Amino acid sequence: MRTLLRFLCLALSLLAGAAEALTPQQTLAIAAGENDARIAALTAAATGGDARLAAFVQALLDGEVKVAGDKVYLVKDDKATIAATGEPAKLPDDAEDVTNNNRMRGALDAVLSTLRLFSPDLAVRRAAIVDLGKATLEEGQLPLIDKALAAETDPQLKDNLGRMRAAILVSSTDRGNRLAAAKELASSSQSSVASLLQERLGDGGEADPEVRAALGQALDAVRGRLAWGERLGVIFTGLSLGSVLLLVALGLAITYGLMGVINMAHGELMMIGAYTTYMVQNLFRAYAPGAFDAYILVAIPAAFLVAALVGAVLERGVIRFLYGRPLETLLATWGISLVLQQAVRSIFGAQNVPVENPGWLSGGVQAMSNLVLPYNRLAIIAFAMLVLGGVALLIARTRLGLFVRGVTQNRRMASCVGVDTARIDMVAFAFGAGIAGLAGCALSQIGNVGPDLGQSYIVDAFLVVVVGGVGQLAGTVVAALGLGVLNKFLEGMAGAVLAKIMVLVFIVIFIQRKPSGLFAMKGRSAEA
Amino acid sequence: MKRRFALKAAAAALAASGLVSLPAFAADTIKVGVLHSLSGTMAISETVLKDTVMMTVDEINAKGGVLGKQLEVVVVDPASNWPLFAEKAKQLLTQDKVAVVFGCWTSVSRKSVLPVFEENNGLLFYPVQYEGEELSKNVFYTGAAPNQQAIPAVEYLMSKDGGSARRFVLLGTDYVYPRTTNKILRAFLHSKGITDADIMEEYTPFGHSDYQTIIGKIKKFASEGKKTAVVSTINGDSNVPFYKELGNQGLKATDVPVVAFSVGEEELRGVDTKPLVGHLAAWNYFESIKNPTNAAFIKQWTEYAIKKNIPGHKDKPLTNDPMEATYIGIHMWAQAVEKAKSTDTDKVIAAMAGQTFKAPGGFTSTMDPKNHHLHKPVFIGEIKSDGQFNVVWKTPGPVKAQPWSPFIPENKGKKDEPEKK
Repeated sequence: MRTLLRFLCLALSLLAGAAEALTPQQTLAIAAGENDARIAALTAAATGGDARLAAFVQALLDGEVKVAGDKVYLVKDDKATIAATGEPAKLPDDAEDVTNNNRMRGALDAVLSTLRLFSPDLAVRRAAIVDLGKATLEEGQLPLIDKALAAETDPQLKDNLGRMRAAILVSSTDRGNRLAAAKELASSSQSSVASLLQERLGDGGEADPEVRAALGQALDAVRGRLAWGERLGVIFTGLSLGSVLLLVALGLAITYGLMGVINMAHGELMMIGAYTTYMVQNLFRAYAPGAFDAYILVAIPAAFLVAALVGAVLERGVIRFLYGRPLETLLATWGISLVLQQAVRSIFGAQNVPVENPGWLSGGVQAMSNLVLPYNRLAIIAFAMLVLGGVALLIARTRLGLFVRGVTQNRRMASCVGVDTARIDMVAFAFGAGIAGLAGCALSQIGNVGPDLGQSYIVDAFLVVVVGGVGQLAGTVVAALGLGVLNKFLEGMAGAVLAKIMVLVFIVIFIQRKPSGLFAMKGRSAEA
Repeated sequence: MKRRFALKAAAAALAASGLVSLPAFAADTIKVGVLHSLSGTMAISETVLKDTVMMTVDEINAKGGVLGKQLEVVVVDPASNWPLFAEKAKQLLTQDKVAVVFGCWTSVSRKSVLPVFEENNGLLFYPVQYEGEELSKNVFYTGAAPNQQAIPAVEYLMSKDGGSARRFVLLGTDYVYPRTTNKILRAFLHSKGITDADIMEEYTPFGHSDYQTIIGKIKKFASEGKKTAVVSTINGDSNVPFYKELGNQGLKATDVPVVAFSVGEEELRGVDTKPLVGHLAAWNYFESIKNPTNAAFIKQWTEYAIKKNIPGHKDKPLTNDPMEATYIGIHMWAQAVEKAKSTDTDKVIAAMAGQTFKAPGGFTSTMDPKNHHLHKPVFIGEIKSDGQFNVVWKTPGPVKAQPWSPFIPENKGKKDEPEKK
């Protein structure tokens, strides 16, 4: 009887203990008050390790928690529940949102990650360790990490957790611990670890010479690994800028390079492509909000067609009367560019218009601990390569491409053998304009869309075509990527303003040395 | 015949678009000028201020105008072109003979028009936070001076709640406001014991759109010890690609917080703010501040935006700090004119001293009796996922402006009032 009673008591207290893991008082202490007290309450609750806590912390991070008086509510899809118990409740009118500042959010994130360290799912644990690796860990989290380390089975994660433990122990009071931690940290490739090591080596950090030496070695090792991320980063940003330049210059490589038309309105054709993207986006938002993320797939052909149409009209209306008169063409197309800009200003207003990235183009892939490759940049590199492939195929392999090459090389001979040169001119110009439209569509994903979008790229476009060698597609490709990488390399050393100037100076000198560009046309046709 | 018709049509189109001022038909109006860029890189920020002036003037006119006369707005577009600002200012003062001008955003545009206003004894209300280091008899500064925005923001970043930052990236657009503000901030950080090794300064040209390298540099700088924060004085439409890149590169506010001085609700329109949650801005007003005056202000703007079909705002009305400063400025000017019983520049300047106005920010703003600056409260907000701001810190009350920052040694002994001429 007595044993039974004792057993009952124990069971009751256990039950009570479980129920106490997240009490209304605790939720209130976490959700309201001074940040110091809130964080203390949060840490206390975290050691309890109730499953409901994770949900509550997530709701706090998502801004779904409201407080009215001493009651804490979860509000999801307009339905309110009491946070601690999960029973439905009616939300009072005076309920206020819980505000979390960065410090609070950091603490909430850390708690969530430590709770996830014990998840049975390997992927969840891995993500939790990545998150925790970025945060600054404190001594108080050591027992939790030890516990996770003991439970972990995956060898890679075990290593990571070990390094995390070392990151805490590196500032411990015991010299042996510090030394061991410093050695362990040498195998890390996290930038937060480099930062920590540097701090320990600074004033008021490590005093013991042997530990200092170990810290220094560890820092060098980590830096060495991080340096690769930085180098690859410069190359990637250079390629990304290069692919933008390539897209911008490809259209011009056809109209200026092949046809010899100095088209100052090329930038405005890009602008038209960008505005077409904006229009398509608006149509999707209004009529097919569910398929919004796919708008870009419609915007790409639309931008091509609209810009090509405008290009065809330009060619028929103005440019065909000016073939062989470069100065007049330059002035006329410059005038057209002003007209197009003003037209866009009158229709859409002078302000920039917002073009939103589809969801799948936001964010990036974490290639290394200090190198993120944004999806929109990756997409533009891929897109530039596709367009390049398309243009190259069209020029080299199709009947139209053959005619275009023929007309460019010897207009009268082509005409004699029955090529309709006027039609070919129009189609080629429209095609170049369409490529400009595609460039505009791509630019709308990374920059601003406004009436003077084209102006900021037209000079770059001409530079690329001229440096590459007029009339050469391969030259344009090499010049675009080369200038992109060069620009980014200089920007890293000298800053954006100076880098631009240095690139321009380089181009001036280059053109003086090699007036016909990287890939000069050779043979008799070059002189014609 | 045909040509005459074309001329007429062109004139009508120009007049309708508001680029050319209509001649005053009645003699009993008071003209006010608006000098804000409606095109170019600054249009993203300035266009809405033109509409704010229009709205406030409508409000004042509906209540009977000023001195019994209706106000008439003259709008010009200086197109983000700094020399054009001076030209347009001269046109407003000498041809249109406006009583007062509301305008300018960038300091370079203000510096460009300053001699025009001083020479013609005009009156300019400047509604944007700026770097200080200037005090003209002909200008009233209704935006924040550095001690009303930049200094408190950096102090917050260094506090425990702000993340105890000890390393700073000072990032700005390359012109006078960011350079001067960063000079003041550098001196301030030195006074807090932060050495030059822990400060990185970076500038980009106006309209810069490729922030990959800069973000890479920030990441590298942040990995070199101590908690790092970024102070951004990027102005104009460059902010959109900057914040897009920040979000895409996954630089979170909990790792490296970015506090901006020229980014508000309007600049974040059209940016996906979900990855940006927690990055900060310091202002003297946020739309999210809850009080009856602000509720009325937002309602008034919303109705006006819908009625006038203002692009963007008709679907998603937003208010921001420079709009509030513009709103306060016009009302204070109207009150001063009533008090002076004249629109004469010198009389209005005298009457402006000590004017008060109950501002949407929730406090009564006072025009300093001497230094032409407003006493304003300071708020620090964190970006929320809906593009609004969470106020995480504020001053207990309005703060007096210090146009001559005490952190610049040459300012010692400078008088806190304009030189009399």
